[in-house]
Amino acid sequence: MISANANILLGVRGLRVKVAGVEIVTGVDLTVRAGEVHAVMGPNGSGKSTFAKALAGHPAYEVSGGSVAFDGHDLLALPPEERARAGLFLGFQYPVEIPGVLNSAFLRLAYNTVQAARGGEELDPLEFDDYVREKMKLLDMDPGFLDRSVNDGFSGGEKKRNEILQMALLDPRLAILDETDSGLDIDALRVVANGVNRVHGPGKGIVLVTHYQRMLNYIVPDYVHVMEGGRIIKTGGKELALELENRGYDWVLEEYRARAAA
Amino acid sequence: MTAVAATHPYVEALLKGYETPQGGVSWLNERRAAALERANALAVPTTREEEWRFTDITPLTKVRFGRAEARARPPIAEVAAFIAPEATAHLVFVDGIFAPELSANAGLPYGVVVTHLTAALETHAAVIEPHLARHAAFERELFVALNTCHLRDGAFVWIAKNQTCPTPVQVLFLSTQDGTASYPRALIVAEAGAACTLVEDYVSLGESRHFTAAVTEVAAGEGARVQHVKLQREGRAAFHIATCAAALAKDARYDSHTVTLGARISRHNLDVVQHGEGAQARIDGLALISGRQLADTHTLMDHARASGKSRQLHKCIVGGAAHAVFNGKIMVRPGAQLTDSAQESRNLLLSDKACVDTKPQLEIFADDVKCSHGATVGQLDQEQVFYLKSRGLSETRARNLLTYAFGAEVIDRLPVPSLVEQLEETVLAQTQAAE
Repeated sequence: MISANANILLGVRGLRVKVAGVEIVTGVDLTVRAGEVHAVMGPNGSGKSTFAKALAGHPAYEVSGGSVAFDGHDLLALPPEERARAGLFLGFQYPVEIPGVLNSAFLRLAYNTVQAARGGEELDPLEFDDYVREKMKLLDMDPGFLDRSVNDGFSGGEKKRNEILQMALLDPRLAILDETDSGLDIDALRVVANGVNRVHGPGKGIVLVTHYQRMLNYIVPDYVHVMEGGRIIKTGGKELALELENRGYDWVLEEYRARAAA
Repeated sequence: MTAVAATHPYVEALLKGYETPQGGVSWLNERRAAALERANALAVPTTREEEWRFTDITPLTKVRFGRAEARARPPIAEVAAFIAPEATAHLVFVDGIFAPELSANAGLPYGVVVTHLTAALETHAAVIEPHLARHAAFERELFVALNTCHLRDGAFVWIAKNQTCPTPVQVLFLSTQDGTASYPRALIVAEAGAACTLVEDYVSLGESRHFTAAVTEVAAGEGARVQHVKLQREGRAAFHIATCAAALAKDARYDSHTVTLGARISRHNLDVVQHGEGAQARIDGLALISGRQLADTHTLMDHARASGKSRQLHKCIVGGAAHAVFNGKIMVRPGAQLTDSAQESRNLLLSDKACVDTKPQLEIFADDVKCSHGATVGQLDQEQVFYLKSRGLSETRARNLLTYAFGAEVIDRLPVPSLVEQLEETVLAQTQAAE
């Protein structure tokens, strides 16, 4: 939903990111206003995931240039946990398994930590149990996942549902979903996409990092960006995603090179 | 008859005033005499020996420990806190002496005997004779020899053929006096088809400097099932050297869970021998130490017969300037075909000065076997820490949670729920940095 007067949630200017000394993101500009859904697409290795992880503050991803404003504040000055508390959420491409930590305990801890930071009400285990079960129903998730270790032994699809469950609980202002569609069959994809749509609202933004167009059938983007070589080389509306699906990425690249040469 | 002069002043001090028992059971006197001979002959281990390479017991040998004096024993209220509520049958020893007024063995079913050895020798000598001082080798281990020559009393648990002890049996060895040595002893015999759960527990009252030299023997008959928890939670000034020898008959199943929290210097030797085919063993261990503690665990899983199975998970959480040692030997003897064995050693260092020496040791003399082993030493997983932080948890909270989870993997498997709960709290209290 585009509204020219909406607040700018995320303002990325000339962002550069290094991984192990190599610059992977080479100057990204991106503005996300409240209510908008952005899709960041591009071939493998184009820097999409690096961009996502850098926004969340992963310590192995070193910002070597540029700036990121989140809701008017300097995002890069905050450690990862404060970014999360401020309302930034990263849905992991490969959610991490944590044997020995009960999913229910983890979810409640995360929920209460974020609630406390935002001045909201914390829930005791019983209250939380009711609350989380409601959210799980929406995602068609078996409550049995509460009694297992975090992501431990979950299938790919189960892990992704668990990510969206966390998103639903933490109620972020900006969600960056990194390849959330990968590893999902078509039914699971619909359930996960519906979950995302329920959390989305007028004051919030979503950045979908994806390789394929199919998720965009369910979560309709306002803008589609094509990333290549660590920068955004083309931006269009939702119809661009369909065109990419039909024609691949090569023509965008050629167009970009021709423009650069001119 | 008094003891012959020991060669080492330290051993001499431990044997001072030692008298060979007169009368009583002759076979036991013979074993004690043989052990005394070995105690005098065996050298005090030093770090020059491979088996003691990382464990320097010099601080222990500098103390001249005496025998505990006959004193008033602690009141039952003080002891009750250490007894697991599930363990309605329990034996309490104070400074090595059986304390009947602190113990309970009423209401046990037919075929289950829980008592002290002195009493049991009058009624069950035929059951005891094949096992006592037969499995734990005093011939080559100084501290086993010292324990065996001092053997006066101990804990005795016997489960008759095909009987089950419905509740865990706890044996609590309390140390109360500074400067004393004690020689706790326990014998557990589960006959064919029998089942029991044993909790062997070492506690210090107060921060006294004492020495515990313990020996436990476990005999599991054909198809028997023994679950064994050893909990060492002595004071930070204590010295603790223990040997447990478990002998498994055909198709027996033995699960051992060793939790090491206490003592300045501790050494736990666990020898499990599969004497019959198809025996199964699980050997889990957790050492949670900090400050200047040293905790050494040496295990031997001896696959002496075919078709045996063993699973071992040993974990150390080491903080401060503490030092953990793990040596896990897996022996597959000739003819022990179809042995299936897996060993894992996982170690977590919480500070720069903490250290761990871990050594898997596989000796395989059969060709159709499955044996795996792995060892890791490290800090917390950075991807896990980041994942938790990305959900709003502070660095400290994330690290605390992961450290706790590391220890919980071993603790959650203990067969006594109240101990699981108690130990989880201990791990929390000891590993959690202030937030």
